[in-house]
This record gives sequence, C-alpha cells and structure tokens, in this order.
Amino acid sequence: MLTFGTGNKAVAMAVRDAKPVVVAAYPITPQTEIVEEIANYVTDGSLDARYIPVESEHSSMAACIGAAATGVRTFTATSSHGLVYMCEMLHMSAGARLPIVMANANRALGPGWNIGAEHSDSISMRDTGWLQVYVSTVQEAYDATMMAFRIAEHTDVLLPVMINLDGFLLTHITQTFETIEPGDFIPPIATPHAIDINNPGGYGTLTPGNTHFKFRHDIERGMKASIPVIEETEAEFARRFGREYHLYEEYRCEDADVVIIAMGTLAKEMEVAVDILRDEGIAAGAIRMRWFRPFIVPNLDGKEVVVIDRDYSFGYGGVLAGELQAKSGCQPFSVIAGLGGQEVTYDDIAEFVRIRRPGTEHWFGVDD
Amino acid sequence: MFEIRLHSRGGQGGVTAAKLIAYAAFLDGKYATATPLYGAERRGAPVVSFIRIDDKPIRVYSQIRNPNLVIVLDESIMELVDVLHGIKPDGKVVINSQKGTEVEGHQTYPVDLTGISLSLDLVLAGNPILNTPLIGAIAKMGIISQESAKQVISETFRDKRNVEAALRAYEELKI
Amino acid sequence: MAIPDEEFLLKTTSACAGCPSSLILRYVTKAAGADTVLVIPACCTSVIQGVYPTTAMNLPVYNVAFASAAAVASGMSEAFRAEGKKTNVICYAGDGGTIDIGIQALSGALERGTDFLYICYDNEAYSNTGMQRSGATPLGAMTTTTPGGKKDHKKDLDAIVAAHNPVYQATACAAYPQDLFNKVEKALTIPGPKFMHVLAPCPPGWRFPSEKTIEMGKLAVKSGLWVLYERENGKLTITGASKAAMKKRIPVEDYLSVQGRFRKITAEQTAEIKKTVEENITRLQREVDGIC
Repeated sequence: MLTFGTGNKAVAMAVRDAKPVVVAAYPITPQTEIVEEIANYVTDGSLDARYIPVESEHSSMAACIGAAATGVRTFTATSSHGLVYMCEMLHMSAGARLPIVMANANRALGPGWNIGAEHSDSISMRDTGWLQVYVSTVQEAYDATMMAFRIAEHTDVLLPVMINLDGFLLTHITQTFETIEPGDFIPPIATPHAIDINNPGGYGTLTPGNTHFKFRHDIERGMKASIPVIEETEAEFARRFGREYHLYEEYRCEDADVVIIAMGTLAKEMEVAVDILRDEGIAAGAIRMRWFRPFIVPNLDGKEVVVIDRDYSFGYGGVLAGELQAKSGCQPFSVIAGLGGQEVTYDDIAEFVRIRRPGTEHWFGVDD
Repeated sequence: MFEIRLHSRGGQGGVTAAKLIAYAAFLDGKYATATPLYGAERRGAPVVSFIRIDDKPIRVYSQIRNPNLVIVLDESIMELVDVLHGIKPDGKVVINSQKGTEVEGHQTYPVDLTGISLSLDLVLAGNPILNTPLIGAIAKMGIISQESAKQVISETFRDKRNVEAALRAYEELKI
Repeated sequence: MAIPDEEFLLKTTSACAGCPSSLILRYVTKAAGADTVLVIPACCTSVIQGVYPTTAMNLPVYNVAFASAAAVASGMSEAFRAEGKKTNVICYAGDGGTIDIGIQALSGALERGTDFLYICYDNEAYSNTGMQRSGATPLGAMTTTTPGGKKDHKKDLDAIVAAHNPVYQATACAAYPQDLFNKVEKALTIPGPKFMHVLAPCPPGWRFPSEKTIEMGKLAVKSGLWVLYERENGKLTITGASKAAMKKRIPVEDYLSVQGRFRKITAEQTAEIKKTVEENITRLQREVDGIC
C-alpha cells in the first residue's frame, strides 16, 4: 500500500508488519516517534505485542535480551547516548546470539548537547557483533527493517541487526513509501537455543580461557555467514516485492575515474554532486555503503577515492576511510563532514572532489 | 524541483502544514518531501519547515537555500527572522496577514488564515488552526490540486470545518 | 526571608510560554545565591538555558548525561568540600531523569550521605522529548506512549527517598514560590543529602492553556493531590496552603477535569486516585500526630 510518512513512521510500520512479540521502549530524540507510533499500534490492536516502557536504554536492551532468550521476536529503538548507554548490553545480546532488531537514529554524542545527524554513535559500537545497515530513504527504512528480522533470525546468522537512519535528516523527513504484506517472507522465528523448560541448561555461564575464544570465533562465523544470507534475502525481496537492494549501491561508477563513498542521506545527495561533476567533465561516481558490519569492500581498482565520514575516531581518523584503506589498499581523500548535523550540500560534496588530495584528511569547516 | 520554505511559530501547526502540502503533492502523483528544521524551539519560538516537490525522486536532504515560495504563518516572525533569505528573484510569498501585508520586490499573496479559522471557531488549545486554510491557499496557487487538498484534509482531520476553512482560503486568496 | 531581587535565570530562556520549571528554577537560584553550581541531566532545563554561545543562566551549570546527575553531584561535592569550599551543589532534574533512569545514582548519592541538594521538578512525563510516559506519570494520564491512558500508578518517589533518611526532605509546587524559596533556603543551611520534589504543571504536556500554570498548581494542592510539607530530623511539618487542604479539600475532579491529558480517564481510575489521595493524607496526618 502506497503511503506517505517519516523515516520513523516507516520503521514503526515495518515493525507492526513484522509482528514482534515484545517491544521495549524508551524515548530519545530523534527516534521517539518510532516508539510512540508502536504504542499507538499496540493500543489500537494493529500490533499484538507486549510493550515494555522501560526506565533506561540499558534496560531496553536488557528487556529485549530477556524476551529474545525465550525465543520470541523483539524490537527496540534508540539513538546516540541511548545507544552508547546500552553498550554493555549490545555486547551481551550479540554474544548471546539473539536475533534482536533495533533501529538507531544516528545522532551526535555530547558534550555539548547536539541532536544533529552523526554516525559516531553506531560506528563506535562496530565491534559488538551487531550487523549494521545504513539507509537513506524512507522506503529503504521500511524495507531494511523488514529484511532485518529475516536476516537476524536465519539460523546461520543468529546475530542482532541495527538499522541506522540519519537523525532528523531521515527520521523526520516525510517521503512516499510502500508497505507490504510480508506473508512468509519473514519465516516464523525458531531460535535453536531458546530457553526450554524441558531441556534446561545454563546460559552465559563462567567460561574458561581454553573455550571463550571459540565462542568469539562463532560470532565471526555468524558474521561471515550473514553475507550470503543478506544477499539472498535482498534478492528474494526484489523478486517478491520489486525493489532491489545490494550490499552497496553504485551510481555512475562504471567509467568513473574518482568515486565518492559515504553512508546515509549524504550518500544519496552525493548523486546530485556526481551529476554536477559529470557536467563539468569530471568522471565521478558514487558508492553508497549500506552494510557496514559485516564490512564489505567495494571494487575500487584504478579509481581515486574520496570518502566522507560522518564520524571520527579520535587519535586515528575517519572510520569508513580507515577501514576502506585497510581492506582495499586505496589511498582515500578522507573528508570529515556533517558531524553534529553540520549542513553538507551537494555543492559542498562536489567541491570535496575538486580539491581532493589522496592520502590526506580534510575537516570540512575547519580546513577550508 | 519546486522548493517551499515555511516559517511559523512552534505550536501553530507549521510542521504539520508542510507534511500536508507534501502529501497533497504526492496524491497529485508527484514526488514530495517535507522536513522540519528543529532548533531549541518551544511553543512560540520560530520554526522552519521545507517542502520539495518534483516529478523525479528527490535526492536532496540539505536545507532549501533558494526557495521558489516562502510561506509565513505568523507575520510577527518577520521582525525576528529574515524570511526572504535566498528567495529566488521571481520567488513568491504567502503571508497569513490580517492587514494585506505586501513584501517589496516579490509577488505577495496575503490571506487572513487566522480570521478564517476564528470565524469558524476552528481553535485548538487556544490557537487558531492555520494549516488547513493554508492548504486551500496553496491549492489556489496551483501548487497542489483542489481535489488532493480536500482529500488530505478529510483524511487527516475529522472536523469538517477544516475543509470549510480551506475552501474559504481558496476563495480569499487573489491570484 | 524576603525573596531577593537578583536574578540568576535571565530573560532569554528557551522555555515554553507558561513553563513551570523556569519559574521554579528562578526561585531556587534566588534562594541558593551565587556560590552555587547546578548539575543538570537531560531534561527541559538542558534546553531552557539556550544555545551556545550564550546561556540564560548566570550561574555555573554543568550539563551531564541522563543517568548520572546525582553521581556527578557526588563527585563534585566531595571535591569542593575537600578543598574547603562551601559551594552549593544542586541537581536540578526532571521526573524521568530522577525516578527512572536516574534512580540508581540518586539512591547511591543519598545512601553515601552526599552533601548536596537534589531537586526533582515533576511535570509527570518526559517532556523534553515530547511528553512520553515516565514512572512519575499518574494513573489514567494520556501521554504519547500511553495513548489510552496510563494503566500503572505514579511511582512514589518521596517514599523511596524517605527510605534513605535524608537530613531534609520536602515537597513544593511552582504555584507557591514563597514556600519553595523558604524550603530551598533552609535546606542549604543543613549539611548532608537534601531532597525536594516540586510539582511542575506543564501546559503542553498536561494540555491546558499556557496562562493557567499557577492555577493548575493551586488546584493540585487545594485538592490534596499534592501535599506541601517538609521533614527535618524525622519531624514532618505540613506547610502553606496544604495546612487548610489537610482539613478541607476541593474535589480531585476539579483538578483532573481541566487537563486534556485526563480526557480518557475511567471512573475506576478516578476513584483510585481519590482513594490514594485520602490514604496519603491520612498517613501524613498520622506522622504529624506522631502515630505511625
């Protein structure tokens, strides 16, 4: 059904259509509309779920862990400080191999108090074992949330999935999108290690040094196995519902001399910059990274690379640039832009390409 | 692409108005986006919303720099904010005005949205409802169709006086 | 003491029209004076100060993460006292940041005998993020996450705090600034952990017109739903307009019916609220009379 709503609303509707049994809810700008909409669905009966209004984000993830441990489908949403407040529980949920799905509205970390879009929150949680996808349209927010449940719950994966939407830039913007009847696209959940009264066991018990690393390795096996599961899920989604998604999206890259790489809404606006540069005779292309964990390396052979990081790792550099360089050997022009909701337009992006100096870092608003 | 910047005060329904306009454009078969710009706004503080309408998918998320149309829901904002900032040379202005305010250098369409609402007793929490008559005014300018304007209002608001308010604004705005 | 003229909350706040919290803060800071640091977690006051590079507060304000106010205050107080400084350390937090996410830190700071004053201004919801329910939201109240009216009772913050035996504990209301001022002034003369719970009727959250904030606060107190008191050295004293309300009250319905958030309250919920009001008053009267 074709409809019109914000990124937040699209996530909430996908949750409604995916039918989790337990939803934990705590407000934080700019995701609050997600948990408010879900409250409406639970109240009006369109979603038959237990709604737990927890007292903090640490508890929202804890509640999801408790629920998922019994084998039911769960969901929560957070942002920024809420996400990093639940850091310990992010580690716990992935380590416990629970297929929890969570939406994260990407927002800056303080001080100072800033509620603008920034990826540092989720990027700083990249080591936890959570899968992470970054979306850039309201439609994609809906679709990715739907697919997240199927991917997370796949028995080869059994890892939690985080859907990242740019705070305000996507959470609060209204666009057209289409909802679907998932049917059996999301199969019934069947968590193999769900608590079973008839088959009791200890969960997360003391583990000695000769074994713990094996559990850690298992998480990585799940991550690696998630790549074909993601591809298969996205292909099946395209077949059934007509919309295609890939691990990353390319725009005018075939004959490009220089590619711009970014995530989120910037990576969509980047396409307008590419069109402008092409008109100037610069053979530019754009790569929008969608899946950040597992980390996918695009084919960059023979191309110059400009990376826009809406994040930073102090004492190191832009994380996306660093990881691309480490995995591909490219020498990116690493642009740091958009932190704390800093305004970045397609004109700014086109200029990053014009002034590029491979292997150097450029803080937009500081270095120019 | 047609770009609209809407200035209002927190609590006047400006953000909702932007969504309604974009939704009506969607019903007309166009691509449309509406974005609010939030600061530390509270009830009464100036707020800005952006609306983009196009025949192709909209890939731009950054703020509107050169609007084709500026809407001002509360005239007093003009003393605090440069509502015309960046407006295209041929850009137009719609103002909720009780005194027929004209803006220098730009075609201005003053319309008494407040008066229309008050005459219908269309008031919420002490504030006259401005977004529904605004939809009627925007339809009169040809940006959205009258049909879609009516549909958007009836779908969103149960109180039928909202449709009446839109119709009155449609009549009142002089092209 | 007479309320001094000096303002520490300046005229440029970003508060909503009719905001009770900025009203409360104005009197709190007048009572505390210049030798004060405010510790403020995420709440409306984080925004009311205004946007960098200016601030509407003429006092040092330390803005901290949501869960941490009392713990930060603990560290700050210890540091000041170690240096021989008498600077007032005052946490000024909303109900969500106190009764939900901040309860662990508050409990710890009270239990350790921290020399500070914690003031919870209670607008009975997460107002800064748009009125979601908190543990302090009353039974039957509509919020954006309890669209059908809250089905659980308001958490009894005062009982939780009382269990820690603070040296001074009081309630106050935005509608009675002299009573509030007196209590803050007194509290700050007593070393040790002090706590105040101040009712803050919020126009957008509770859904009443912006000019009725004071009236709403008075209805709360006159109906007995909110009782003004202070407890010092284990002795409870009823204060201000609550003295009369303990004997003769207006109906609770007079308070509930003028707030849009109670539009969906059921007859059973109203009866429960009234029962709770009566039980609370009986309990407080017994404590005053020395019968417990």
